[in-house]
Amino acid sequence: MSPLLSIRDLSVAFRTDTGRAEVLHGLSLDVGAGRTLALVGESGSGKSVTAQAVLRILPPAAEITTGRILFAEGAQPTDIAALIPDGAVMSALRGQRIAMIFQEPMTSLSPLHTIGDQIGEALRVHTGASRRQADAETREALARVGFPDPARALTTYPFELSGGLRQRAMIAMALILKPALLVADEPTTALDVTTQAQILALLRRLQDETGMAMLLITHDLGIVANIAHDVAVLYRGRLVESGPRDTVLRRPGHPYLRALMRAVPRFDMAPGERLAPIRAARAEIPPMDRHAAPAGDILRVEGVGKSFVLRAGRLFAKPRIVRAVSDVSLRLAGGRTLGLVGESGSGKTTVSKMVMRALAPDSGRVLFDAGAGLADVHDLEGARLFAYRGLVQLVFQDPYASLDPRMSVRQILGEPMEIHGVEPRLRSRRARDLMAMVGLDPAALARYPHAFSGGQRQRICIARALALNPRLLVLDEPVSALDVSVQAQILNLLKDLQAALGLSYLIVSHNLAVVDYMADDISVMCRGRIVEEAPRAALFRNPAHPYTRALLAAVPDPSLDHPLDFAAVTGEASDPDRWPEPFRLAPDEAGTMRAIEPGHRIRVGAAHAREAA
Amino acid sequence: MIGLVLRRCATMAVTLLVISALVFLVIKLPPGDFLTNRIAELRASGEAASVAKAELLIRQYGLDRPVTEQYLMWIGLWPGPAGFSGLIQGDWGWSFEYDRPVAEVVGDALWLTLVVNLAAVIFVHAVAIPIALYSATHRHSAGDALVTVLGYVGLAVPGFLLALILLFYANRWFGLSIGGLYDAEFTGKPWDWPKVRSLLAHLVVPTLVIGLGGTAAMIRRMRANLLDELAKPYTVTARAKGLPPLRALLKYPFRMSLNPFVADIGNLLPHVVSGSVLVSLVLSLPTVGPLLLDALRSQDQFMAGFILMFIAGLTLVGMLISDLVLVWLDPRIRLGAR
Repeated sequence: MSPLLSIRDLSVAFRTDTGRAEVLHGLSLDVGAGRTLALVGESGSGKSVTAQAVLRILPPAAEITTGRILFAEGAQPTDIAALIPDGAVMSALRGQRIAMIFQEPMTSLSPLHTIGDQIGEALRVHTGASRRQADAETREALARVGFPDPARALTTYPFELSGGLRQRAMIAMALILKPALLVADEPTTALDVTTQAQILALLRRLQDETGMAMLLITHDLGIVANIAHDVAVLYRGRLVESGPRDTVLRRPGHPYLRALMRAVPRFDMAPGERLAPIRAARAEIPPMDRHAAPAGDILRVEGVGKSFVLRAGRLFAKPRIVRAVSDVSLRLAGGRTLGLVGESGSGKTTVSKMVMRALAPDSGRVLFDAGAGLADVHDLEGARLFAYRGLVQLVFQDPYASLDPRMSVRQILGEPMEIHGVEPRLRSRRARDLMAMVGLDPAALARYPHAFSGGQRQRICIARALALNPRLLVLDEPVSALDVSVQAQILNLLKDLQAALGLSYLIVSHNLAVVDYMADDISVMCRGRIVEEAPRAALFRNPAHPYTRALLAAVPDPSLDHPLDFAAVTGEASDPDRWPEPFRLAPDEAGTMRAIEPGHRIRVGAAHAREAA
Repeated sequence: MIGLVLRRCATMAVTLLVISALVFLVIKLPPGDFLTNRIAELRASGEAASVAKAELLIRQYGLDRPVTEQYLMWIGLWPGPAGFSGLIQGDWGWSFEYDRPVAEVVGDALWLTLVVNLAAVIFVHAVAIPIALYSATHRHSAGDALVTVLGYVGLAVPGFLLALILLFYANRWFGLSIGGLYDAEFTGKPWDWPKVRSLLAHLVVPTLVIGLGGTAAMIRRMRANLLDELAKPYTVTARAKGLPPLRALLKYPFRMSLNPFVADIGNLLPHVVSGSVLVSLVLSLPTVGPLLLDALRSQDQFMAGFILMFIAGLTLVGMLISDLVLVWLDPRIRLGAR
């Protein structure tokens, strides 16, 4: 059978100030009808450009220079590459026969139009359906993708929905006309693991129902292993490997693919095993910076709680109070790493902000040992508070947004030192040391952030956090915004820095594999409460809480021997009311923590706790 | 929604009160006032009868009382010689310079100002939006470059200079007198059809002159906004859905780029009123701009005060309108999202 989409010898070039830069060099690949082809590669490898070329929605500066894109639905194949980009033939294909979903469901939907309007639009444009007909079909499409209340969803706006529901709306929009080919550009990268598993399950179910083909762009080999039929690996704009999934993943031929597979944190890694980054960063750490690790805990969070008041939408309506964090306690021993895990909205970032003293807790204490015993962070004032600011530093998730594009790296690294009164002469020497510590060339100090890649930027962020020689780093999803290929590099760098400088880490993440690789102890948060806490090994050997199990089960493993159990990802695991006994918590019920082995504690419902007593 | 409007009206009233105090303070700051200056002048020329009349006016308008009392009398919260009679009661005071009530002097000028400026505002939007749409979607094309150059020229040429040039050539080539807002023969006549037609014909040049600078600025800003929005993923989504380009452009990026302009409605009117003073002088338009200038120069306090309050009121109403339109236009504001 001939393939539905066959790309032949496709080259795409960008017009730049210095002439033409080719980003895709003679790519050829096939997508069979009803099959899923995963296009794998790091950012800059040309995989998104390929997707855009198929729909002819390339950015204005890019153009197809050679090659054909044959779309063979019906008798006569259409050469998409020969069509006028916004012409009638191409517009008729788009949304009708070939549809696309994107990475960021928030920004890919217009905030000013209702979901119903945006989904039904494709139908109205292509079939001339009336708004009433479109609404009826949209309701059906929303039901198909698992919206709880499709009729109401028609009139909601994207910002009223969770990330998972937004992506479901995108999928409904793409599939409303039952296209023959769905192009999915990193459809789950911006989502939580549990939501990701649900979306993947949904895509697979819809493929079974409609028989559509999928061109799936991803950098995550775990996703490839779980839903692709065929795999194509792109490296620097060239196809380096392709074939059926099992062949490619079991016997990776190209060195790049083999390196990629070793660079991903896995659950079955041996203790002490290091990831092998594709491009290693060589860090040189001066020996004098080392802190003597305090004997006891460096950070202790005792029963903190935090509520936020939401402004009421209507006049005279009662403002809503949201409990973001309830009675959370954490302990971090000096020189060690504590992982705080949970889905978005679980309150983990709120906890980290209270540790940073960026938010004040409503109740409870945050204790920090600055070398003179534990003291409540929220009681600090004047010089001691100023000193605390230097001792605890934050590394943000998004290295693109957290560096001022108008400051040179020298200024970025110098700013904290300037604020804390370091002499200018020492500042510049320190800045050079810092660059060497994170494996960057000190000669790059005069450059601006845009000159660096994502991984390099994150290293600059780490260098900035280290400028004042802190004791505790709060790492808020430190690699979530980065390519898999550089994640290993950053994680290894953080490990080396910790060993060399005696740092303590509080790492906040939804990625269990990353936390598994980094942390000594792990606390799992759900709906503002800790539901399970244990040493790393115990947690992964014997996850006891249903929520922890659901999180673990949702991580797609690149190994073909551990497929995701799609039937098990229902999204019910984050609802305390639906947990099985003894874990079930009624609404507003706190439950109690119970030890099941040394250091391993889980939250159980009060009813059960009474029985046990 | 009704609650919101009521709340906004309450804040507006308070704001107007504060503005009135400031306006009064500013007018009173320079030493002396119109009447004391006049009395000094008359004394010097020995016209005793006129001096007596001026002193009568001083008493009549309570200008001999403490400043705070004068202020409260002006806005109508304190009984003057004629009882409560101030802005709140609709008595706008007496213009000493024209020796007539302010209401009579300002009369037609108020709504002619509104007409001229609304025409200018509509002209700005009607011309700038299509050009900006073209310019943003055809970025770096010859047309875009041409529009950009013309836009800069429009920004750089002072309005009054353009007015003078147009005045000269319109007269020379077409034999037109384009000064004023209607032909001289209609002055003081009631508003009938020929007079309205004369008004419309005379509106063309002032609208063009007043609007041109704003048009250039608006094209630049709208183009920049649109370019930002065109790069947003939801624009790509619309194309990927198969929407025809123009429809996709108008429904998504254009609608998004409107917000800053709607938010600007409040600032637009006072800006145009004060910005068009020079043009009004050159074209001898009977608008409030020149009147305000005169009143401020001669310290004709009730006149100046009233015109300033009128502009402040316009601003506040404009702000209210822009807020209400924003609430209607943008569900994120309506539904209280971040």
